[in-house]
Order: sequence, then structure tokens, then C-alpha cells
Amino acid sequence: MAEATLRVFRGDQKGGEAADYPVPLVPGMVVLDAVHSVQAHQAPDLAVRWNCKAGKCGSCSAEVNGRPRLMCKTRMDSLPLDKPVTIFPMKTFPLIKDLVTDVSWNFEVNRKIPPFQPRPGVVWKMDQRDVDRVQEFRKCIECFLCQDVCHVLRDHGKREQFGGPRFFVRVAGLEMHPLDGVSRARLLKEQLGIGLCNITKCCTEVCPEEIHITDNAIIPLKERVVDEFYDPLLMLVRKIRGA
Amino acid sequence: MNSSYETHEHDVLIIGAGGAGLRAAIEALAQGARVGVVCKSLLGKAHTVMAEGGIAAAMSNVDKADDWRTHFRDTMRGGKMLNNWRMAQLHAQESPERVRELEQWGALFDRTADGEILQRAFGGHTFKRLCHVGDRTGLEMIRTLQDRSVHMGFDVFMECTITRLLKDGDRIAGAFGYWREQGRFVIFKAKSVVIATGGIGKAWKITSNSWEYTGDGMALAYEAGAELMDMEFVQFHPTGMVWPPGVQGILVTEAVRGEGGTLRNKNGERFMERYDPKKMELSTRDVVSRAIYTEVREGRGTEHGGAYLDISHKPADYVKKKLPSMYHQFLELADVDITKGPMEVGPTCHYMMGGIRVDAETAQASVPGLFAAGEAAAGLHGANRLGGNSLSDLLVFGRRAGLGAAEYAKRAGAPAINSSQVEEASRQILAPFERSSGESPYKVHSDLQAAMQSLVGIYRQEEDLQRALVEIEKLRARAARVRVEGSRMFNPGWHLTRDLECMLTVTEAVTRSALARRESRGAHSRLDYPNLNDAWGKKNNVIVEKGGAMSLFDVPVRELPEDLKQILVEEK
Repeated sequence: MAEATLRVFRGDQKGGEAADYPVPLVPGMVVLDAVHSVQAHQAPDLAVRWNCKAGKCGSCSAEVNGRPRLMCKTRMDSLPLDKPVTIFPMKTFPLIKDLVTDVSWNFEVNRKIPPFQPRPGVVWKMDQRDVDRVQEFRKCIECFLCQDVCHVLRDHGKREQFGGPRFFVRVAGLEMHPLDGVSRARLLKEQLGIGLCNITKCCTEVCPEEIHITDNAIIPLKERVVDEFYDPLLMLVRKIRGA
Repeated sequence: MNSSYETHEHDVLIIGAGGAGLRAAIEALAQGARVGVVCKSLLGKAHTVMAEGGIAAAMSNVDKADDWRTHFRDTMRGGKMLNNWRMAQLHAQESPERVRELEQWGALFDRTADGEILQRAFGGHTFKRLCHVGDRTGLEMIRTLQDRSVHMGFDVFMECTITRLLKDGDRIAGAFGYWREQGRFVIFKAKSVVIATGGIGKAWKITSNSWEYTGDGMALAYEAGAELMDMEFVQFHPTGMVWPPGVQGILVTEAVRGEGGTLRNKNGERFMERYDPKKMELSTRDVVSRAIYTEVREGRGTEHGGAYLDISHKPADYVKKKLPSMYHQFLELADVDITKGPMEVGPTCHYMMGGIRVDAETAQASVPGLFAAGEAAAGLHGANRLGGNSLSDLLVFGRRAGLGAAEYAKRAGAPAINSSQVEEASRQILAPFERSSGESPYKVHSDLQAAMQSLVGIYRQEEDLQRALVEIEKLRARAARVRVEGSRMFNPGWHLTRDLECMLTVTEAVTRSALARRESRGAHSRLDYPNLNDAWGKKNNVIVEKGGAMSLFDVPVRELPEDLKQILVEEK
């Protein structure tokens, strides 16, 4: 039977290194299957997060051959198998153990975002065309791969000032909800730091749900912030009114 | 007392953060209770996220003739009349309001031309009834509930496993568990506990269920003295992926058939004509699963032992719009473009109709202070669940469980934690670390899956079920001797040792109930008793712990009131 070698990071906050495991290949095998095979036969304490193994829950994020991916959607036969397949935890988040990282910061950011609130006296009817636009953002499975790859977080560690692509998608899903009545522009500007994004589109590239994060979520939200806070005409009006 | 353990105190503790758990949390919070939610995974990853097809609710947006009576009748007929009629009635009456509520909390469903929530056809439902978001309805539902409950303010304990319910005399006092990350122990003191932990699919080899589905809640309740009911009824969803081996069991939504997909065997025959000529592909899941299984067994299966499911006669854009995740799933995992050719599908273990026996109105179990909702509870679905009735079940009875638990907590005084129960629970969970030899828990798990798959599958018979009981006993002895390597820190091998105990308890209950029911009804098919039996049609099997052993008895199905009987005989 054909075999592949997995080179998996083993370790925790105190340190660690990659270990090699030979894994017999099965047709259609995905990287997560290979990791499970290692758990079952070689390293029962190998820590990995996963749930559905069907690309629906976004739990099994890791860096496979250096690229942030869902392990359940990465076929072994799509990778070069003449050398070891490297599997490392997401770099942007603090390591817990092996492939598991501490992603709790994301849940804290989410708490800051005001939930959907219908406009007063709203009629609960919506056009499919209006819904279509927003449904794209609601496909997000919270795998946090976009957060992992975003250089504002990954290289500059600006977690205090910046919400990250996942939460711009989240805000877009609320702001563009046809019946929502809350403005989150100030939150975007001041707490989520949307201005720090310089639209390199790395997030869009790694999104397993193929959400056009930069074009459809971040850029329109940046425009909203600009309209709200930097429109020269509005600034003039405010100045006159304020005076 | 117990000062060495991290302790949290709430009015209501909810175990499980899927649809039922979160809906229960929202209701308990609305009642003013202090609420804690414990879940094995991260918030938002629960099994509900995998639900695809939709939420069944008689909103009559598409088919104006639909109403709760028809939904009630479909549910009872689908469940082969073993359902708790009161639950079926409440479910049919309340689900439209529960869906509207979701929309008011921000959920965005697909729309009809006049802007209402769109509804689609599904197996066993007389009318187009499933409110949906493409084929990712569960994701929309869980995100909506998650955001609602987070902003209402509850304590959430993620990646925490409960291993024991604590009692104060007869009543519930809380729960004991460990943090998966560090392996530290934690005590939750609570006036009432809601179990919303889902099902047991991981005890079978071919399943659509995630690792979390190890029957924890059912086992916890059983160990605490609660009754389990209808445990013989395990649903095999007719359409799971069969090829390649790595993806075997992954769900192919019933929405494929709801949107017009056809089933054929290798000879190109639409074989459902022989099994249910009236409803064809949209027959109930038990019927379609047996049909595919029979086609394969009689030599008319596909290359990899399944049936062909084809939606490629619909325009490619339509398929991609209505079934986006199916399109990607087959393209990426099986190299099949479903807009151009058929999928290969076969039955996969999907859902547990049985579970904790509860009161219809309050969702309370037989143990005071213990409540259950969703897949972990029994009663609504009887012998077979209709597609789409699960998500509505989570909303209707999640809410009722939250309400019941909050009201109970208002009346109840603070419970006392019994330190000897805590010490025993901590000894039990640490035992595998103390063994210097023993086999891997993974091996025991895979042998259990193989035994359940071959002996307690779609078709059952006396001999196989007796063998299964013997196998489960042997596996239990092996599980008691497994060894754990490594530390307590995020150690999946260790975590599996407790999951195994739960699975062994629940599979024993399934097997004993299946042995007792000498007839075929709904999802329970006996080769040696192939027909419906009227006497069994009036009884539910109940399992309870007595003197350290599993005891089984039957209870009469509650008689329907006249007005509901009338609904069942009406033909529309």
C-alpha cells in the first residue's frame, strides 16, 4: 500500500518540534483522515480540533505545507507526496498543544458587535435579491483562517486595535441585512480598526467558503466609514450645525 | 467542602450548545435565570451546524392549504404512531412561531416571490414545508441563536466535558467535568440541568455524525437514574456518500430529492416505484434507506455499493444556487460534478429517535430538576423522524426545556454538592492514567463501530442482536482496561475513554430495546419479524438502571384525544 509521511508539530507553550509519522494512503483520503490515522495507531495524545469532517463547522484549521487550510477539505492526493506533508498549528493564535491553538480572542471581538436590530415598524418581507447579497457573508463557518493569514494580526499582532477579516464579514452581514436598523460605522472605525486593512486580499485567497471578503465586505464597509466620518460636505454641515 | 475544585454556580446549567441548548439558554435567560452553558467544542461548532435541508413549520407560505393539523398528521404517520401525541401536537402548533422568532433575531431565509420565507418539499411532508437557507440552514440557525444568547449574557464553558451529573438526594444538584484543554476538573452547581447533547452516531462505523455524538447526555441521565425510551429507533439516512472511502457516511442532504433528484440502480431503474410508488424519492427515510439497502443486497447496487442520486437534469445554475455545499462537497471530495452526473449514495447512521423520556409540556425527565431537549430526548419522532422535524424540535422543545428548567429553579432551593460523588467521579476519569499496560481506546472504539454496523444496523434479527449484547459486554471489559499515553493536557486518547463508556451504555440500551421489539416499525426492521404488530404498536420500550444493571419494561402509548384522532383519519 502506498504511504505518505506526515510531519506534524508536537509541542506546547514550553516548546516543541515536528515529528514524522508514516501513514498508509486510502483513496480519497483527506489530511484530517491522515491525522486521525496517526492518533489511532501511533500518537493517541496528538491534539487536534475537528467536528464534522465535512467542511461545515470550520474546526480543523491548520497550516498544511505552509498554507492555511481546512484539513478536512485538503485531499492527500492534491499534495506532493514525495516529501513529508507538513502540518502546523495556525501561527497567529497562541499555541495550546500540537495543532490546537487558543482562538478565544475571536469570541471576545464578536461580543463587541451589536446584534441585528430591526428598524422600528418593519414589515417582515424581503426580496431574494437583497437577501442574496448578505447570504454570502453568512456562509462563514468561523474557521479563522482569514484571521490567521491577515498580516495585521499575523505579523503586527494588532489584536487590540483590529477586528480582522472574519469580523468585517460578520459586520457586513448585519449592516447589509435588508431590515437592520443599527449603524456599526463607529465600531468599525474605532474598535475594529478597519482602516488598518490595506486590502492585500490574503484573507479572500484562503477562505474555504469562497467569500469575497475584501471586495464585497471590507471595501464597502470602508466606504461606509469614509461616508460617515470623512465626507467633506457632511463635515462642513456638521461644523455649521455645531457652531 | 470541595474547595480544591473550580466551582461555578447557576440557576440553570445547560449541557450542549447546539440548537436545543442555545434555545433553552435564551428562554431561561428571558425568565431571569442565571444560565451556564457547557459544550465539548467551541461555540458554534455543534452538530446543528451540519443540518442542511431546512426547518419544518406549517407557515403555509408556499402551499396555502398547509396547517398544524397536517404537520401533526405527517409527523405521527412518519413515526408510525409511536410518537408522544402531545409533543407532536405542540411541535406542529409552535414551530411557525419559533421560525418567525429566528427571523426577528436576524436569520435570513430564502424568499418567495412575494418576500415571505420560502419553503421546500421534503420526505413524508404533505406540503412544501421546510424553511431553508440553500443547503446550510443549520449554520444560519446556530449563528442566529449564538448571537442572540451571547448578547443576552450567559456564561459559556467551551471545550469542557461533563462526566457525571451530581445529585442531592433524588434531585439534580449540578454536574462534574473536566476542561479539555488542561484536564483540570470543574464543578457546576445548579438548581436544574438541561441535557441537550444530541445523539450517538459515532457508535456506528458509517455515520454522518461528528466526534461529539457519543451519547453523553443519554448516558449521564441513565447513570443519574432517568429513563430512556424508544432506544431501538436509530435513523439511517438514505443518502450518505459511499465513495471514496475517506468520505464514507458524509451526509447528502434530502434537499437533493426535495429539489427533484431521482434515485436509480445500476440498471437505470427508478427503483422507488417498487417500494413507494406514491411518494417515490420523497418517501420517509426508513423506507428509502431499506430500498437502497435492498437494491444493493440483491445485486443492483452501483460500483461502490450504493444507488445513483441524480439532480443533473436541473439547470446547473439552479443546482449551484439551491445546493451549493453539495456541489462543492462532491467536486472537492469525490471528483464528481453533480450538475453533470449522478452521485453515489447509500445509508448512513444519522439520528436517534429515542432518548431521555420527558414530559411533553415541560421537557422534565423522571429525575427532579433534570430536563432534556432535542435529539437527546425521546417522544416527538416515534419510530421514525421526518426530515426537517429535527430543527423545529430543537426550537420548540429547546424553548420549553429552558422555560421548564427556569421555573423549576425558581421554586427549588440551592442544592448541596455531595463530595463523595465528586471524588468518585474524579477517580473514575483518572483511572486510565494509572494503568501501565493496556490497549488503545481507539481500537476498542473501532471494534464497537464494526459490531454495531454489522449487528445492529438497518436490518436486525434475534441472533445478531444476542451476539451484539455479548460483544458489547466484551468491549466493556476491554474499555475498563484501556491505557492512556501522555498528560491530561488536550489529550484526545484520554477524552475517548469517557466517550467510550457513554457509547457502550447507549448501544446496550439500543440493542436491548431492539431485541425486545419483535416487529418491524419505522426505523426498526427485524428480518425475523418483518411486519407491524398491533400489540407492539401500543407500547414504548423504556430502559432504566436497577441495581447496577439495565432493566427494560414497556409502557402503553398514551391514547389520543378524540379531536386529534379525527385529524389522523382525515385525508386531504
